[in-house]
Amino acid sequence: MAMNYNAKDEVDGGPPCAPGGPAKNRRPDNTAFKQQRLPAWQPILTAGTVLPTFFIIGLIFIPIGIGIFVTSNNIREIEGNVFMYYGLSNFYQNHRRYVKSRDDSQLNGDPSALLNPSKECEPYRRNEDKPIAPCGAIANSMFNDTLDLFLVGNESDPTPITLKKKGIAWWTDKNVKFRNPPGADIPLEERFKGTTKPVNWVKPVYMLDPDEDNSGFINEDFIVWMRTAALPTFRKLYRLIERKDDLHPTLPAGRYYLNITYNYPVHSFDGRKRMILSTISWMGGKNPFLGIAYIAIGSISFLLGVVLLVINHKYRNSSNTADITI
Amino acid sequence: MEWEPAAADEPGTPGRRRRRRRRRRRREGRTRTVRSNLLPPSGAEDPLANAAKGARRRRRRCGGPQHLADNRLKTTKYTLLSFLPKNLFEQFHRLANVYFVFIALLNFVPAVNAFQPGLALAPVLFILAVTAFKDLWEDYSRHRSDQEINHLGCLVFSREEKQYVNRFWKEIHVGDFVRLRCNEIIPADILLLYSSDPDGLCHIETANLDGETNLKRRQVVRGFSELDSEFNPLTFTSVIECEKPNNDLTRFRGCIIHNNGKKAGLYKENLLLRGCTIRNTEAVVGIVIYAGHETKALLNNSGPRYKRSRLERQMNCDVLWCVLLLVCMSLFSAVGHGLWVHRYQEKKSLFDVPESDGTSLSPVTAAVYSFLTMIIVLQVLIPISLYVSIEIVKVCQVYFINQDIELYDEETDSQLQCRALNITEDLGQIQYIFSDKTGTLTENKMVFRRCTVSGIEYSHDANAQRLARYQEADSEEEEVVPRGGSLPQRSSTGSHQSIRVMHRSQSTRSHRRTSSRAEAKRASMLSKHTAFSSPMEKDITPDPKLLEKVSECDMCLAFARHQEHPLAHLSPELSDIFDFFIALTICNTVVVTSPDQPRQKVRVRFELKSPVKTIEDFLRRFTPSRLASGCSSIGSMATNKSAHKSSLLSTLANDGTLFRLEERLGPPAPGLASNGYSSRADGWAPECSAQEPEPERELRYEAESPDEAALVYAARAYSCALVDRLHDQVSVELPHLGRLTFELLHTLGFDSIRKRMSVVIRHPLTDEINVYTKGADSVVMDLLLPCSTDDARGRHQKKIWSKTQNYLNLYAVEGLRTLCIAKRVLSKEEYACWLQSHLEAESALDNREELLFQSAIRLERNLHLLGATGIEDRLQDGVPETIAKLRQAGLQIWVLTGDKQETAINIAYACKLLDHDEEVITLNAESQEACAALLDQCLHYVQSRSPHSAADKTAGGMSVGFSPLCPPSAAALSGPSPSLVIDGRSLAYALEKNLEDKFLFLAKQCRSVLCCRSTPLQKSMVVKLVRSKLKAMTLAIGDGANDVSMIQVADVGVGLSGQEGMQAVMASDFAVPKFRYLERLLIVHGHWCYSRLANMVLYFFYKNTMFVGLLFWFQFYCGFSASAMIDQWYLIFFNLLFSSLPQLVTGVLDKDVPADVLLTKPQLYKSGQNMEEYRPRTFWLNMADAAFQSLVCFFIPYLAYHDSDTDMFTWGTPITAIALFTFLLHLGIETKTWTWLNWMACGFSILLFFTVALIYNASCAMCYPPSNPYWTMQTLMGDPVFYFICLIAPVAALLPRLFFKALQRSLFPTQLQLGRQLVRRSPRKLRAPKETFAQGHLPGEPKPEPSEQRSISASGSFSQDCSSQVFWHAQQSACSPEASGEPSVVDVGVSLREDTLLDRLGSQTLGSSSPGEVIPEGCPGDSKMKPTSASRAAALSSIFSLRSLSSLNWISSLSLVSGLGSVLQFSRSGLQMDRRDGEFLPSPPQPDQDLQGLSGQTTDYF
Repeated sequence: MAMNYNAKDEVDGGPPCAPGGPAKNRRPDNTAFKQQRLPAWQPILTAGTVLPTFFIIGLIFIPIGIGIFVTSNNIREIEGNVFMYYGLSNFYQNHRRYVKSRDDSQLNGDPSALLNPSKECEPYRRNEDKPIAPCGAIANSMFNDTLDLFLVGNESDPTPITLKKKGIAWWTDKNVKFRNPPGADIPLEERFKGTTKPVNWVKPVYMLDPDEDNSGFINEDFIVWMRTAALPTFRKLYRLIERKDDLHPTLPAGRYYLNITYNYPVHSFDGRKRMILSTISWMGGKNPFLGIAYIAIGSISFLLGVVLLVINHKYRNSSNTADITI
Repeated sequence: MEWEPAAADEPGTPGRRRRRRRRRRRREGRTRTVRSNLLPPSGAEDPLANAAKGARRRRRRCGGPQHLADNRLKTTKYTLLSFLPKNLFEQFHRLANVYFVFIALLNFVPAVNAFQPGLALAPVLFILAVTAFKDLWEDYSRHRSDQEINHLGCLVFSREEKQYVNRFWKEIHVGDFVRLRCNEIIPADILLLYSSDPDGLCHIETANLDGETNLKRRQVVRGFSELDSEFNPLTFTSVIECEKPNNDLTRFRGCIIHNNGKKAGLYKENLLLRGCTIRNTEAVVGIVIYAGHETKALLNNSGPRYKRSRLERQMNCDVLWCVLLLVCMSLFSAVGHGLWVHRYQEKKSLFDVPESDGTSLSPVTAAVYSFLTMIIVLQVLIPISLYVSIEIVKVCQVYFINQDIELYDEETDSQLQCRALNITEDLGQIQYIFSDKTGTLTENKMVFRRCTVSGIEYSHDANAQRLARYQEADSEEEEVVPRGGSLPQRSSTGSHQSIRVMHRSQSTRSHRRTSSRAEAKRASMLSKHTAFSSPMEKDITPDPKLLEKVSECDMCLAFARHQEHPLAHLSPELSDIFDFFIALTICNTVVVTSPDQPRQKVRVRFELKSPVKTIEDFLRRFTPSRLASGCSSIGSMATNKSAHKSSLLSTLANDGTLFRLEERLGPPAPGLASNGYSSRADGWAPECSAQEPEPERELRYEAESPDEAALVYAARAYSCALVDRLHDQVSVELPHLGRLTFELLHTLGFDSIRKRMSVVIRHPLTDEINVYTKGADSVVMDLLLPCSTDDARGRHQKKIWSKTQNYLNLYAVEGLRTLCIAKRVLSKEEYACWLQSHLEAESALDNREELLFQSAIRLERNLHLLGATGIEDRLQDGVPETIAKLRQAGLQIWVLTGDKQETAINIAYACKLLDHDEEVITLNAESQEACAALLDQCLHYVQSRSPHSAADKTAGGMSVGFSPLCPPSAAALSGPSPSLVIDGRSLAYALEKNLEDKFLFLAKQCRSVLCCRSTPLQKSMVVKLVRSKLKAMTLAIGDGANDVSMIQVADVGVGLSGQEGMQAVMASDFAVPKFRYLERLLIVHGHWCYSRLANMVLYFFYKNTMFVGLLFWFQFYCGFSASAMIDQWYLIFFNLLFSSLPQLVTGVLDKDVPADVLLTKPQLYKSGQNMEEYRPRTFWLNMADAAFQSLVCFFIPYLAYHDSDTDMFTWGTPITAIALFTFLLHLGIETKTWTWLNWMACGFSILLFFTVALIYNASCAMCYPPSNPYWTMQTLMGDPVFYFICLIAPVAALLPRLFFKALQRSLFPTQLQLGRQLVRRSPRKLRAPKETFAQGHLPGEPKPEPSEQRSISASGSFSQDCSSQVFWHAQQSACSPEASGEPSVVDVGVSLREDTLLDRLGSQTLGSSSPGEVIPEGCPGDSKMKPTSASRAAALSSIFSLRSLSSLNWISSLSLVSGLGSVLQFSRSGLQMDRRDGEFLPSPPQPDQDLQGLSGQTTDYF
């Protein structure tokens, strides 16, 4: 883009504020700001001035795109930590009323909110005169299938793959946002006393996991579920498969066996369930889109740049030299 | 008010009281009763007064308390208590506010709420608060200025102290007695009861009210004028009954009831109006009738008006489109949601949330709820902040306009005032300007310019030079100091002004801060403008030849004065000269005053109308025995008046009548000179001569019309000074002759039908009765005494006539106002005969006016021509240039004046509104039918010639059709179309319903329209007609009260603040000090304001649509549930906080084209007229782009996060960020000038967003449901994808816009864009000469003449800019077949205009271009000039598309040009490319290679 620093001399408009004495009191100040003479860059968007921008965009975007694309495509080998997701489609976690249907105070372990959840939770606020913990539609519809992965190594003796339950939620969620009701020494069940389980749940919240650090509101599966998905087709992190050592791949090649405890009805809303195993790169899971997009935009930009170059060459004279007609 | 409490001290009988009450009540409605406040509530008074008083009191009690306002000025709208409710009430008058509050309240309904209710209220409250604060501030400044005015002081009579004491204005009540001194402003409407003037007269200047600078005479109420002693308020017991307060300045009726029961009528001549200034009267006393807000001045002040600008109207229309769009989107969503619910509900899907009672919503109910919620969610589509932003931007624009130093007038120390805050952008779209003439185009300062006496022209070159000096002084914006002129005059001016300066400094000090307030303005203007006192008008430099002749005849007469016929000793020429000057001096109604002391008069009472009252009187006074003594007595009385008065009046104060009688009839007063004139020494009172050794006393002339004063000043310059004027005599001072006292027998005043005035005098030297007539040349020349062609004298006379006529024509061409001076000598018999009939006429009861008129006509005939004068009603500085520029800018200028046709035409010529080459259609019709016929004829004529000329001049047809949308410029600029002059009477016919279309059509075809003799009402009718019929934007500019109606009717009203009063200013939207400031106001500020605001409005629509688009696309993925992925806090504050500042900065500061380019290329103004920036098409393109951008900005994150584990708000936050970046980048593309403020604002926006987001996301772990975005931003900032999509999405969204902008700019640039380019080109031009020299050109090399060009091009070294060189060559070779044959043709007659262009552009870049330098090139008034500027671009384009590139070859070898990137203009005689309003012609009108006819310019810049 053309640069033109049009820094006008501030004094050029005459002596600044003539010392005319009291008679000249209304004379406006002759400052660059008040006289609208601030130094300014005045780009003019012509083919000639704009085309470098297009080329620069092209030159920057295409390599970035290639980089991203390659990175994304490299997420193929099941190496390093493997992430196990469950995926749901056609599940509208972003529905307005659904999204609202939670009580963050309750989830934060606030005792009063525990027993008296927010109205937003209606109609999943109370059940049989007892407050529901956790209340609300989100919690109520929590995904409760169990997935187990076995490596079918030697014939009939499948070895279960160790699936790590912890570390799948945001650290801040687990440690700040979600808190069990207070009372460190009291058993979890006591802390949830006076509440009832959500209608759809099989077990109450404090029995989500035997491990007290992963039970109650701070159960990570629960936390992950509570982070409502942006789009109706989504995946949620289910388990981590940690890499044992550098020598062996995390999931060696072989036959695997997935055991699903089917609790979660999706058929009613034409939903589908998926299980995804994936590693992630420095820029997240596998998604070729961004790479392609960068390459595409970069190319288009480059192409437009070429068009502009041609136009600039062809029409520069007439357009640049033309004066204003009267 | 002291008289209020007295309630029941005089009960009448019940029955009578009731009757009286009833009667009174009726009257109560129409009248007001005022009586002195000084009377004690009860007390010993004479019965009559008591009765009157009693009646009044009863009336007061019965009619309820008659509330009389005190003089406190209160223009504030609110009090502390009432502010909140009242302000809110007013704000809710704005529909948008109601809408937003409604939306916010909708949030409180749980079923449909989208946001937290409190949060949703926040923006509305914010905007209400901002507006409220603004109102509060405005109100406070009003309050402050009120305070200042309220605390002005004046003298009020106090009952306790029995004298006048100083009080504040606000303490004045109705019924108070106020004493005012000379030059004081009148604080309230006051009934004049006493004047120091012996005749009971008082002069006031009403300039502040009606804009008329001449002094108006006010008369003491009859019955009080006879009192000779100082008026004593304590003895005032009369009761005044008058009208209720009303705003009619020209009317006042009432009566005063004295205690003896006598009544006397009160008229407007008795009333001193608030805001006027006492002049020439030492002191006056009056009783306050109306005070404060009931004064006529304030009732006339309607305050600033609310106008809706055209852009705003258009915008409101688009807002309605947005509403429609919003409803459509919501409906779509609602239907979608209904279907979605229908599909999923029965399946009991997990994500379905039933109602709180467990039941599910029916799809229809859900859809209805969804609809409402969608309206809330998408509410940003209706730009809530748009209104407040526009207001902010307009306030800033107004600030900048006010601050523009180029609109500051040094002379009057005033800058432009914007009185209407909300129509700044209308200034950029004006199509028609309606201008007043006198005082608007001209200075309304009449200056004697030249004269011709008995056929000899005295050109007064020195005078012309002097005037030119003033002009210079003006243009240098120096303070006008009196230059030249005689010393005593200057000192007189000085001393006179020193008094005023004192007063002024007082008043200005107290009013400095209240610039916008009318009354403050008045006060400060108070003494600056006295009529006809500027040195320019006074100090006339006499023509040496004429001066010599004058002194010669003076000497001659002085020598011969004791002889029988002194004048006979003079040659006819000298005699004419003498008479000429005598006529100049006495044939007028000028009043002589000396500024130091108030005018005092001899108490001689003749009837004012006619000094000679009866035939007996005539006979008595004209019998020879009486002649000498009568004259001398009068003369001496004048001179001895002061001594006389002081000695006699004191003793005979109680017997004034007797004294006067004695004076009138009695023997001559002592101290006479013998022969009808007195020598100076005798004539002067002793103390005067002692004080003033100089022969000239300091005198000021106050005239009814400026012309008269100008002539008197002119005569004085020839030492023929008017020293005294009484109603029956005029004294003239001559250097050698001394004082001559003419007995003034009759004054036949000026009227517009006779177009002349006459005085009948008796000449002191000859005792002849002379008639001096002064009048328009057209009438006076016909009244001359026919002379026989036989004798030599007659032939000589004829010759003189024709010579004079020639000079008159010359004067008229120069735009001077011409007057003929003639004389007639009456024999006694003739006079007696005439007097007889005249007296009859005067005494006639009916038809008196007519008879007097006839009588005057009988007298004014058989005249002897003395000479003629040319008076210049000086054009204001830069008027022709401004008009030329405004014309170029496509504005059609109509002049509507109350002046007579000749004058108007003269001025029109002078200011280049009319051109001597062009035809002028004059419409003077006597009847409706005649007018219709004339119109038809003219129309026919115009139509018959315009297609003809169009075919001649332009390739395309001229727009002849009567379409309202057709810009006036088309007609105005294509070819020399005729101009229309129409007089008031014809105008009245033409404005009739059946003719107005025809008239308008004709007027549209004309280059300029001049309406003469038009009434204020007609002025406004014309404006209204053009406004409504042509749908055009109109601007009316004027300075006087007669322009008020037109100023109010026009879209934009401009008042001239410098010249006359405040009436026009008070009605106006903008007040400029001088006409020439209109150019900058419109062409620069108007354009900027329009362009800025248009772009900002478009940007607002874009921004909101784009943002709403994001939400809308999301609905497809959330079951149309009106869910929003963007956190509600962002959603609500996005417009208000994050993205508002940059657009405001751009809206306030962006300059699409710099001021100097706009001024040099006024045609750029047309973009505003044609609404190029903001049209329905641009709006929809803009919306389409917004939709596209929102698609990109939605789907890139969508695809990037498709099937991922991201949550809703972690996904929504990047979208918000993307939107912000896109907005800023978009704004970046739209911003034309980047100052540090723009950078700062953009940086601030981004910074603010991230800071707020980070703080917000870290602040609370369990708040802000439903999003609860704890740590979201922090997490995102650790995610590379966030950055990647933030980079790609805005770029992808804006690529098309950038591309198309560049494409459009390169292929089809608009005028504005070309204009912008000039800036970039010009600095290089400046450098060009230097580089030339560096290359070895001789610095002293002469500018290339056409013949030398070849040698120069041959010797010129090759340019530094090789690329361009190559390029030129490439072009050339590509087209060489055609070109090769041509060079010889090309080189002929090419003149290089580089030098002029360099100069011009140089001055342009320095920003110091004075209009005078630049304009001559493009002045459309001058047809010869036209082609140069007119055809540049068109010709240029044709050069290129003609491929006659031999010229390029030539250029390329000319290093001077191509190498340095300077402007080359080679013009050829011939083709006058016609200006087609602002259209760039992509193809030449004549696509052949004939370059002969081309004139053009190529510009090459790199």
